[in-house]
Amino acid sequence: MSNTNTTDERDLGQAGDQLSTAPREESAASLPSMGVIGWARWFWRQLTSMRVALILLFMLSLGAIPGSLIPQNSVDELKVQTFKEAHTTVTPVYEKLQFFDVYSSVWFSAIYILLFVSLIGCIVPRTAQFVGQLRGRPPGAPKKLTRLPAYTTWRTDAGPEQVREAALSILRKRRFRSDMAGDAVAAEKGYLRETGNLLFHIALIVMLVAFAGGQLFKSEGGKLIVEGDGFANTITQYDDFKSGSLFDNDDLAPFSFDLQDFVGTYERSGPQRGTPRTYEARVTYAEGADGETKKKVIEVNKPLAVDGTKVYLNAHGYAPVISVKDGRGKEVYRTSVPLLPIDNNVTSTGAIKVMDGYKDRNGKKTQLGFQAFFVPTFAGDGQGTMFSQYPGLDYPVLALNGYYGSLGVDSGLPQNVYQLDTSKMKEFKDSNGDKLKKRLRPGETMKLPDGAGSVTFEGVDEWASFQISRQPASGWALTGAVAAIIGLAGSLFIQRRRVWVRAVRGPDGVTVVEMAGLGRSESAKLPEELADLAVALNTVAPTAPDPEPDPAPGTEPGQPAEEPAEGAEK
Amino acid sequence: MNLAAATNENLANISNTLIYSSMAVYTLAFFAHIAEWVFGSRSKVGRTAAALKKDSSTAASPVMVRAAQAGGTTVLERPKVVTRSAAGTRDVPDGPGAAGGTFKGDLWGRIAVSLTVVAFAVQAGGVVARALSVQRAPWGNMYEFSITFSTVAVGAYLTLLALRKNVRWIGLLLVTTVLLDLGIATTTLYTDSDQLVPALHSYWLWIHVSTAIICGAVFYLGAVGTLLYLFRDSYENKIASGGTPGKFATSVMERLPAAKSLDTFSYRINAAVFPLWTFTIIAGAIWAGDAWGRYWGWDPKEVWSFITWVAYAAYLHARATAGWKGRKAAYLALAAFGCWLFNYYGVNIFVTGKHSYAGV
Ligand code: HEM
Repeated sequence: MSNTNTTDERDLGQAGDQLSTAPREESAASLPSMGVIGWARWFWRQLTSMRVALILLFMLSLGAIPGSLIPQNSVDELKVQTFKEAHTTVTPVYEKLQFFDVYSSVWFSAIYILLFVSLIGCIVPRTAQFVGQLRGRPPGAPKKLTRLPAYTTWRTDAGPEQVREAALSILRKRRFRSDMAGDAVAAEKGYLRETGNLLFHIALIVMLVAFAGGQLFKSEGGKLIVEGDGFANTITQYDDFKSGSLFDNDDLAPFSFDLQDFVGTYERSGPQRGTPRTYEARVTYAEGADGETKKKVIEVNKPLAVDGTKVYLNAHGYAPVISVKDGRGKEVYRTSVPLLPIDNNVTSTGAIKVMDGYKDRNGKKTQLGFQAFFVPTFAGDGQGTMFSQYPGLDYPVLALNGYYGSLGVDSGLPQNVYQLDTSKMKEFKDSNGDKLKKRLRPGETMKLPDGAGSVTFEGVDEWASFQISRQPASGWALTGAVAAIIGLAGSLFIQRRRVWVRAVRGPDGVTVVEMAGLGRSESAKLPEELADLAVALNTVAPTAPDPEPDPAPGTEPGQPAEEPAEGAEK
Repeated sequence: MNLAAATNENLANISNTLIYSSMAVYTLAFFAHIAEWVFGSRSKVGRTAAALKKDSSTAASPVMVRAAQAGGTTVLERPKVVTRSAAGTRDVPDGPGAAGGTFKGDLWGRIAVSLTVVAFAVQAGGVVARALSVQRAPWGNMYEFSITFSTVAVGAYLTLLALRKNVRWIGLLLVTTVLLDLGIATTTLYTDSDQLVPALHSYWLWIHVSTAIICGAVFYLGAVGTLLYLFRDSYENKIASGGTPGKFATSVMERLPAAKSLDTFSYRINAAVFPLWTFTIIAGAIWAGDAWGRYWGWDPKEVWSFITWVAYAAYLHARATAGWKGRKAAYLALAAFGCWLFNYYGVNIFVTGKHSYAGV
């Protein structure tokens, strides 16, 4: 509204000005003829114009789309890998376009940085202008009040000064900023709209800075812990660790915790049988190097918070306890081996690696490896496939097959602990020469052939994996968010409007009162408010007998007064 | 605690029956609305053309006279407020509504609205029964989301009607889409009532998802207004440039509110809901911070909420930018609602992310 430059609006002169501090539209046609400075100024004005802000907003939303459809490194690197393997033709193109890292890509950053430069370039002058408006007075009445969107007039026997004084006090009582200027009273209300709008845009900047700061200084890592084990918050203890580029190792808060017990319950019956119902990780933790130990139950939505760091429960699974005896009957291995779930019923797979201490029948040192397949609830013999029927530990079965030789762990290459590299290993065979494999129940033992020892499935522990993350400045982000909503509500729900009351003595000596209102946008409320004001003023300055016909033009007698379509009231 | 026992099969069945019954009543409302449009078509209303012709001779004349205080014996004594549209906009009166001012049409319209009220009550009962049967907020999966969504949309429409807003023209389209929504919900999206996975156990579920549903439902009303605005605006443009629209178009368009009113309607709706949508996203971020250890992680659902938000922000900007008001802004509003829809259906169905456990 404020930018329209029709003849009508020009008639209003200054009165319609500055109802908003939005930058004036300039046509792109007015290209500068000056040198570098001229161009720079032109470019700056373009960048901070509403039109460019709009286009940048549009580009921001378009630019965000690919990141939701193509796997992102920042979300799931494994998925990116799978995608790359499956789509070899588009992968190079996507890589060039940084489509696997959309939200940190050069082009996406360029869009939002430009947008925020534009935003700052827009806010600073707008704030200055608005402060100026607050200091100044509401602009004086335009010559022709009849031109305004809402208008009323009547004649009264009260004197013009008296009417103006009355109008001033009525308007002030309704908290209009009012001012007498010449033959008219000028009043304005709803400055909170502009305040809200500026607050909203500033809050956006606060949020962006907080978000960026959080990204730069954050740290985040995962740790899998079997019941009975623990974790101390140093970088070496993490299974995997990511951090922002300005993160420093000393930023890690000193604390430690032990997983005492993990409890999971699952839906027993119905169509959603097996759906998780509760996950609880019962831990003890200690702040600092030697703080006192406290107890805490970590649940999915209830992290443990220590000194700005939060520990989230991420996943859980089973860790069968395995013991291995060598050829001489000596126990050389006893560990809970965490296995990875591969389906919703926690069918799990993994590897058991006996690296040291095992000697074969002849007393020769070698290494053992077992491929493990575990189901917490076995379907039962006969129909039994090794796929779990239920995620709880109803009837655990562990299937093993074994290898001997070199595990290849010394090759220097990092190894996946859940997979066996059998390239330098030989399979154990049973007496028929087939692959040695066996399904074990807890307590059962599988003998290795030719006196090579035995493996026992001792029992089952549970493990839980935790995400330990520190995201600084999230308090600022929240503050910004709250300010943004408050500002937005002010900006959208409050009308900024002006009212003028002119009272002059007519040629016949009777005072003519004219009232008019102008809002930033056309609102059904503006005429209503003006009517209220008029009624209030009318009681002080009652209508004089009118010799002339009704002054309201354009009244169609046959047509009922019509309500405009109104939407949700704001 | 065996939580499964908490699921009350009986209530779940009652809920299903209520939802099916509401569909039956909505179908009746649908036919009543059709009757309203059919009988309304007999009226001869051609005010648009008349107004536009007058418009060309006297620029921007007052369209509306409103007594400062309605009623009372001293009306003539009171000052009257004259309003006029801003410069550059057309002064076209609003159409009389689907009934076209005919008695029969109006009667059918009233029947349709009454049936809609009944259907709404039944449907709301269905949603509440579902909530009771699972003892939690009734929006744990897409089925529940859908039935709640259309209940809220109809509720918003009836609220506007109760506030005496001129919105009955939405009736037919709304009832049609509600039937569609319920049809899809009961056939392809149906999920037996049950508890939630632990990740959804949080009071943020109440806050975040309920506001998301309200936003979507009300944005939907805005989108319908925008769409009709585009049609009505072309219609007015055609007449203003001396064309003669087809008979059917004339019959339908003449009865709708003026383009300007439709535009204002959808602007107000969208502007009113935008802060709530902002809040929804922030509430989601806080919840994500509790549940997943980061408040923002560019998960597809998050991305599309953000896209929707930016698109609506662009629309609001466009409304304040010369050269972008009107049709261009309307296209942006439709695109923004499209983003919302995609976030709801598309992301749940085609994209996998952390939010995908919603039980499609
Ligand atoms: C970060 C991106 C931005 C977002 C999300 C955003 C959002 C919004 C929203 C939602 C409104 C609606 C409030 C209303 O209608 O009164 C608005 C208004 C406004 N914005 Fe922005 N904005 C952004 C950037 C900018 C920039 C870069 C500028 C400077 C050119 C700007 C200038 C304005 C102005 C002047 C208004 C008030 C319009 C009016 O008077 O109606 N905004 N903004």
